Order: sequence, then C-alpha cells, then structure tokens
Amino acid sequence: MIRNPYIKERIAFAVLFAATVIVVLPVIFIVFFIIQHGWHAISWEFLTQMPRKGMREGGIFPAIIGTLYLVLGTLLFALPLGVMSAIYLTEYAKDNWLTRLVRLAIINLAGVPSVVYGLFGLGIFVMFLKFGASILAGSLTLAIMVLPIIITTTREALDSVPQSFREVSLSLGASKWDTIRHAVLPHAMPGILTGMILAVSRAAGETAPILFTVAAFYLPKLPHSVFDQVMALPYHLYVISTQVPNIKLEVRYGTALILLMIVLTMNFVAIILRAHFRKKKKW
Amino acid sequence: MLKRRWSAKRLKEAAIEKCVYLSGITSIVLVALIFIFLAKEGFAIFRTVGFGDFLLGSSWYPISTPAKFGILPLMAGSLLVTLGATLIAVPIGIASAVYISEVASGKIKETLKSGIELLAAIPSVVLGFIGMMTLVPWVKSTFHIPTGLTAFSGAVMLAFMATPTIVSIAEDALNAVPRRYKEAALALGSTRWQAIWRVVLPAASSGIVAAVMLGIGRVIGETMAVMMITGNAARIPDSIFQPVRTLTATVAAEMGETVRGSDHYFALFAIGIVLFIITFFINLIADLAVHYKAK
Repeated sequence: MIRNPYIKERIAFAVLFAATVIVVLPVIFIVFFIIQHGWHAISWEFLTQMPRKGMREGGIFPAIIGTLYLVLGTLLFALPLGVMSAIYLTEYAKDNWLTRLVRLAIINLAGVPSVVYGLFGLGIFVMFLKFGASILAGSLTLAIMVLPIIITTTREALDSVPQSFREVSLSLGASKWDTIRHAVLPHAMPGILTGMILAVSRAAGETAPILFTVAAFYLPKLPHSVFDQVMALPYHLYVISTQVPNIKLEVRYGTALILLMIVLTMNFVAIILRAHFRKKKKW
Repeated sequence: MLKRRWSAKRLKEAAIEKCVYLSGITSIVLVALIFIFLAKEGFAIFRTVGFGDFLLGSSWYPISTPAKFGILPLMAGSLLVTLGATLIAVPIGIASAVYISEVASGKIKETLKSGIELLAAIPSVVLGFIGMMTLVPWVKSTFHIPTGLTAFSGAVMLAFMATPTIVSIAEDALNAVPRRYKEAALALGSTRWQAIWRVVLPAASSGIVAAVMLGIGRVIGETMAVMMITGNAARIPDSIFQPVRTLTATVAAEMGETVRGSDHYFALFAIGIVLFIITFFINLIADLAVHYKAK
C-alpha cells in the first residue's frame, strides 16, 4: 500500500490521463484511417456522377443531394419550432407544473432511440398522413429528432443574455415581443447558430430515422418533388458496406470519408464559433 | 389614431404569445403522439400473441409458419451488449471527466473537450463501418472464433458512443460543485487528489449517476453500429463472444421486408413500444438524479 499521498496523487492523475487518451485517441485514429483508405476514391467524378452498375461504379451524387435536401427540410421545420419553444421556456413560461412537464418531454425526446423515431415517422407521416416514403416524411421525422438539440442550445443562448438588457428595453416602453426580438435574440444569435449547425450535422449523419421514411436503396436520379424518395449518404454507406457484395473497398471508404468530413467539418465550425463568441462577449 | 395603433400592437403581441406558447408545448404533444402511434400499430400484435408470450417467449421466428414472436432473445442481446458497453465506458468516461474538469487546464482542456465533442458527432453508421473493417477481423483472429461479429465487438463499439455522453454530463456535474468545497479541503492540507476523491466526487455523485444513466440510454437505443457488427443472430447467447441481435437492430433490419398490417409489422412496432418505455424510465431516473441534490 502506498502511504505517501503525493505519490498516490501522481498515480491517480496518470490513470485519469490514460483514460482520457483512450477516449480521444480513437477520434484521431478513425479520421486518419478513413482518410488514408478513402482519399484515392475521391474525385470530381465520384462527387458529381450517378452510381452505375448496381453502385459498383460511378459516383455518389444523388446521395449527396439527397442528404442536402433532407437537411434543408429538417431545418425548415425544426428551426422555427425549436427557437420559439426555447423562447417560451426562457421568456414566457412561469415555474409551474406545465413548464416542468415541457422540460421532461424535451429530455425524453432527446433520449428516444433513433430507430423509434423511424417507426414513428413511418406510422404518422408515411402511413397515416399518406406522404409515402418521401423527402417530406423523412425531413419531418429528422426534424422531430433534432428538436431537443435546437431547444437546448437556444435556451442556453437566451439564458446567457443578461436580464438587464430586457429591463432596459422594457423600461423604454418596448413591448415584451419587441424586447425579445430586438434586445435579446440578436445577442443569442451565435448560440442559436451553433445549435443549428449541430442539428444539421446530426440530421446528416443519422440512418435509422430515414430507413423507412425516405431512403432509397438505389435510385440513380434526382428527386422532382418533396414526395419523391431520395438516396442519402449514411444509408448509402450502410447499403454498400453490408447489403451489396463485391463493392470495391475504396468506394466504401470514399463514401465514409465524405460523410465523416461533412459531419466533422460542421461540428468543428460549431466549436470554433462558440469559442470565438465566448471570447468576444462583453458582459 | 394613436389608440387604434395601440390595439393593433396589443393584438400582434397576443398572437405572438399564443404562437410561442403553442411551440412551447409541442414537445409534450410530440411525446404523446409518439406513444399513440407506436401503440396504435404495436398493440395489434397482442390480439394474436399473448402479452407474456411476447415479452418472455424465447423464440423469434417472425417469418416461419407458424410465426413466433418472443422477444426474450432480442432483450438478452440488447442487455448483453449494453452491459458490456457500460462496463467499459463508465470507468473510462468518469475518469476522463475528472481529468478534464479537475486536472487539465487551459488549451489542453479545451482541446480535449473538442475531441470528445467530435467523437460524439461521428455518425453511428461510420463507427459501424470502421468496426466492420478493423475490430471484427481482430476479434475473430485474436479469440479464435468462427466469426468476429459478436456481442463483444458491439459492446466495444458502443462504448465509444456512450463515453462522450458520460464524459460531458459528468463533467457538468463536477463543474457544478462549488469551488469552496475543494478549497476548504485543500486548505486543510489535503492533496488535490484527496480533495477530488473525498470531496468533489461525492458532491457530484448524483450528476454522475445521471451521466451513467444517459450513457446507458444512448447504448440501448443505438441501432446502425450494432446492426452492422453484432452478427444479428436472434437467439439467447451463452457467451459474449457469440452473435446476438438487439431490439433496435431487429426493427431496423426487418421493417423493410414486412407487409404493412401483418403480424410481423405490428410486432416490430411493439418492440418500438418496449424501447420507448425503457428509454423513458432511464431518462426519468437520470432527471430525478440531477434534481435530487438540488432540493
């Protein structure tokens, strides 16, 4: 048994450091591994051409476009709803049972498994509202999934705006909404933007919610309306790595690389944005 | 004139307030809708299969005749993978949360936090793919087993997904411990480690419980990675080095092949209800743990 508390401390800190390395190192490993194996596959052709011969040749253009549409659709529904919901919680809600219920519901939404969102989307949008497997159904499903992310980040941003800003605006005769609109929201914008980027990155990377609501196995053309199916990058990666035999490894790694880059770049931007505005903040 | 503009303004204000209020309660409506729609499709299975036979039946043969819808093997699969992932992720996650919150400082702290955030961001399908390419062959050759697609591989991969959740929430809990607790311990002559171990960690314990619960919730709900690397064999495993199939993977893998309105289709929605209820209680416990100390 070690008696000297300082040696004990050293050992403890070394163990803690080792644990942290075990957590962080895989990120670096995964990124480099995928870049190393995937960058050969990346070419202008790979990014801009339709897949050919049962996805064994050609590019992943429709999957990229599909993911883009899905992300835009998701934001269209989730951003206004999420921001308004956060405004309700920070600016209007009183501390009563209803507010507590809303909070519990948000926590619960954040914890619902992604595949359950897929089932829900299938039940309500695809079957009950008869949208079919479509961009509309997929976007709505993803929107509900990212709603908690937007609400939580927006709330944090609104909470960080000092109370005095509101008091000054109200004391000058501005109405409650004018105060929120002109004295609070502008200062919360960077935080809301960060939340938006995180939501986009989550929506772009998720597979399970779009499995039954929008994703097409192999569809080498672009959609014409919001009621069309599309291919999507994460589902495409799943398909070519488990469902279709004899696909060149390079193509799989290339697809994984594109998806990973999209998601990680967005998260990186969010991290930088947050750090930047935290430093700039004057209060 | 002035008066009319005033009332128009009031009207606008009231309309906006209504909108904001409606958006505010959407979350409650959504949770209710999710449950209603899962129940609407899922409860139909109990017309053909008894409640007990569904939950405790030990065979899942959805497309044979007669079909069998017992989810015990699937629950065993989920439980085994979750248990494995939790055993790996909890000690590592809490240790790195303590390191980041109490030991590291300045640039290193920020870099580590960003790294963990990026790990959380990697899509599960990419992690599944990486697992297929690296971990699965390694497990196969190291343990001399016929296939590397095992519960063990799934547990390792899922541990990666659970750690960011555990680290960030445990770190919040550690940060929330008042500085003076630690300062008092240090002033009494304890080392930093003694202060962390004897004072800070116990004070943050309820938040750490919440972190663990949410990590478990993340693992149970994970779908793509487990579907890609656990081998998808729907039978009760007797070792962690066997293929298993989890609740989530079953839904994701089989929904595409079912006929809408068939027993199989209803059974998959019923699995959705089971998952929804499990995660609901996990989140509830986590939330109670967070607010336990605050009162």
